[in-house]
Amino acid sequence: MSPTTEQFLALFEPRGVVIAGASTHPGKFGFVSLHNVLASGYGGKVFATNLEGSPVLGIPTLRSLDELPEGEADLIFVCTPKAANPDLLRAAAAKGIRAAFLTSAGYGEAGEEGRRDEDELIALCADLGILLVGPNGQGVVSTPSHLCAQIVAPYPPAGRIGVASQSGNFVSSFMNWSCATGVGISRAVSAGNAAATSVTDILRFYAQDDATSVGLAYMEGIIDGREVAAALTDVAATMPVVVMKGGATTGGARAAASHTGSLATDDRTFDGMCRQAGVTRAATVDEAFEAAATFATQPLPRGNRVVVMTTAGGWGVVTADAITRHPDLELAPLPDDLRDAVDTKLPPRWSRNNPVDLAGGETRDTIPEVMEMIASHPGVDAVVYLGLGIQSNQARMLREGGFHPDHGLDRIVAYHERQDARFAEAAHDISLATGKPILTATELAVAFPDNPGPATVRATGRLCYPSADRAVTALGHLWRRSRYRQRRDLPIG
Amino acid sequence: MSHTLSEAASKALLAGFGVPIAPERLVDSPEAAVAASEDVGYPVVAKLCGDNIAHKTERGLVRLNLGDAVAVGAATADLLAAARPEDAVTGVLVAPMVSGDRELIAGLATDPQFGRTVLLGVGGVLAEAVADVSVRLVPITRVDAEEMVEDLSSQALLGEFRGEPALDRGSVVDVLLGLSATAEAVPDLVSADLNPLIVHDGRAVAVDALVELGGAELGGAELGVSPS
Repeated sequence: MSPTTEQFLALFEPRGVVIAGASTHPGKFGFVSLHNVLASGYGGKVFATNLEGSPVLGIPTLRSLDELPEGEADLIFVCTPKAANPDLLRAAAAKGIRAAFLTSAGYGEAGEEGRRDEDELIALCADLGILLVGPNGQGVVSTPSHLCAQIVAPYPPAGRIGVASQSGNFVSSFMNWSCATGVGISRAVSAGNAAATSVTDILRFYAQDDATSVGLAYMEGIIDGREVAAALTDVAATMPVVVMKGGATTGGARAAASHTGSLATDDRTFDGMCRQAGVTRAATVDEAFEAAATFATQPLPRGNRVVVMTTAGGWGVVTADAITRHPDLELAPLPDDLRDAVDTKLPPRWSRNNPVDLAGGETRDTIPEVMEMIASHPGVDAVVYLGLGIQSNQARMLREGGFHPDHGLDRIVAYHERQDARFAEAAHDISLATGKPILTATELAVAFPDNPGPATVRATGRLCYPSADRAVTALGHLWRRSRYRQRRDLPIG
Repeated sequence: MSHTLSEAASKALLAGFGVPIAPERLVDSPEAAVAASEDVGYPVVAKLCGDNIAHKTERGLVRLNLGDAVAVGAATADLLAAARPEDAVTGVLVAPMVSGDRELIAGLATDPQFGRTVLLGVGGVLAEAVADVSVRLVPITRVDAEEMVEDLSSQALLGEFRGEPALDRGSVVDVLLGLSATAEAVPDLVSADLNPLIVHDGRAVAVDALVELGGAELGGAELGVSPS
C-alpha cells in the first residue's frame, strides 16, 4: 500500500507536531529533536510528552497523549522506547495524527524479534491510517514549513532539492553541502528501516510536490529492483533525479551456463537501469550534491558545445582537457564571427580560440561583454567561467595587510570587490537572458567563501564550483538529461 | 532445473524474434553437409550440434574454414564420430565462414533483483578482462539499444578498423531489440549468449548462440514494467 499525498503533507506540512518522549536531558534524542523543532522557526503548534510532565526547554509537557487537544497536530515525532510505541500510535491516531516519524531502534535492524515487532508496527499503522516513516530514522526536514524534526544538525537553507536517503548520515551530508554552498533543500527524509515508506515512495511524492524540483537520493540493498526501476522511471519523467548507490547487492543464484550472466554484474545492471530511466547516477557524495544543485539552479543545455572563458591560461587549458576527455561534452571550436566579435574587445594577445583566454587584456567592462557574446552565440550551448575573485582575493590581503585604507588602498579594494560582484551577477543575468548554463568555478568558493566573487554567485542562488573539473562533471550530467529527453521527444524544459 | 537448447534450436528461437542469424543448415551426413555447403557458399564452418553441448570449442567440435567438398565431407564424418550419447546430438551445423577482426558479445541474463537484462559488450578472449559492457532491463526501445552501443568505452573499435569499414550500429541495434523481444515472449528464458557476434564487413553477425530455459524457479520473472 503506497502512502498518500495527504499523508505526506501531514509529514511535511503539519498543522502541529508532537515530540513523544521529550527529555529533560540535553544529551537525549527526545531533547535534541524538540530543541531543533523550536530553534528552526517552525510556525505550527509544538507539543511534547514526558512521563513526569516536566517542562523541557521552557515548554510544558503532556504526561500522555490523552491531554493533547484533538485535531491540532498532524505529525508525531517518536523518541520513546519501542515497547511504548503501539499504545502511543493508537492514542495519536485517535487525536487526528496522520504521520509518525520513528527514531526508535530495536526493530528490523535488530534481528528476528525486532523484525516481528516491525511487521506488527507496519500493520498497526496501516490499520490506523498513519504514515509510518522509519523506524530507526534520523528525522525529517521541510523548509517550506521551517520544520527541522531531527535528532541531528543541520537545518539547511530553503531551496528546491528534495532529499530521500536510506542512510541518515547522507541526509546530513547533503544538507551540510547545502549549508556550505547555499543551494537549498525543500524536504529531506531519512527513511531509516524504510518499514512502510521507502526512498522511492518519498521520491514519488517529491515528483508531484510544488516545493521540489530535483530529487536527490541515497539507496542501498535494493530488494525489488523492478519496483525501484518503475518508480525511478516515473519520477525521472517529471524531474531530474540524482541517485548515489552504496554497496553491491547480493549476487544470488545466477545462470551458470551463461557468459553474459557473469558480465552483467549488479553494478552494471543498476547503471543500465539508471540510463534507461533517465536517472542521473553519481559516484560520490559531492558529485551527487553538485549534480542536484546544478539541476536546481541552471537551465538544461540544448547541446553539448562548451566554451571555457578564463582570465588566466593554465586553468583554461586543464578545463579544456576535462571537456575533451568527457565522453559526452564537446569543446566547441570558436566560431569565426564570435572570434571577430571578441577581437573588438581585447588586445591581440588573447587566445583567439576556445578556451577564450582573456590573457589579462580586460578593462572595466570586458568580462560581462565577452561573456554575453559567447553565451548568446548560437554555436555555444554552455559556458564555464574561470578566474572570478582573483582581484578580490588580493583586495582582501590589501585590506588586512596593515596599510589599508591609506596609500589609495581603500579605492582599489572597493573597486576590485565591486567588479567581482558584477562579474558574478553578469554570469547569472546572462544565463537567464540566454537560457544557457553558465557555470562559475574557483577554489576561492572554499578557500575564502566571503570573497565577493563566489559570495555573489551564492547570492544569485547558484553554485560556485570548487574546481573546473567538478563544474564539467556537473555540466555533463545536465547534458545527459537533456539528450535523454531530446532523443525520446520529451520537452527539455 | 534449467536446461540449454542446442545451437540450432537457440538460433531458430532468437531468429524468430528478429535476431539476425547467418544462414545455416542442420545436416545428418557428409553428403548432406556438402550439398549444404554448396548452398550457403564456401568456405564454411561445421559444428556438432546437440541439446547438451555447451562448450564446443574446448572439445574440438568446431571445424573452421572448410574450403571444398572433400574437407567438408571429412570434417562432418569426424564430428559425427566424436558425438557422445549424453550430447543428445541433432546433427551437424553447416554455415558460411564469417571472419572479422572485431568481436562483440550480446545476450540476456537474469538478475536476482532486476529480472531479465539485455547485455552488449566487447567480445573475444579478453571480454571478461576488458569488461566493456552495457546493460539494460528488458524490454528496451530502439533508442535504448542505440545508447547501449554508444555506452561502450571502446568506441575506437567501432569505427573504421584495420581496413574494415566502421560498424553498422543498426545491425547491433537489431540484435539487441531481437533479444529483448525474445525475453518478453519467452517468460522462462533464463539467459542467452550470442558469443561471438563477429563484425564482418561492418555488420555484426551472430555465429553462435546458446539459450537457457527454465527460469521460473529462479524467481527471475519481471513485472512487465515498461521503462520507457
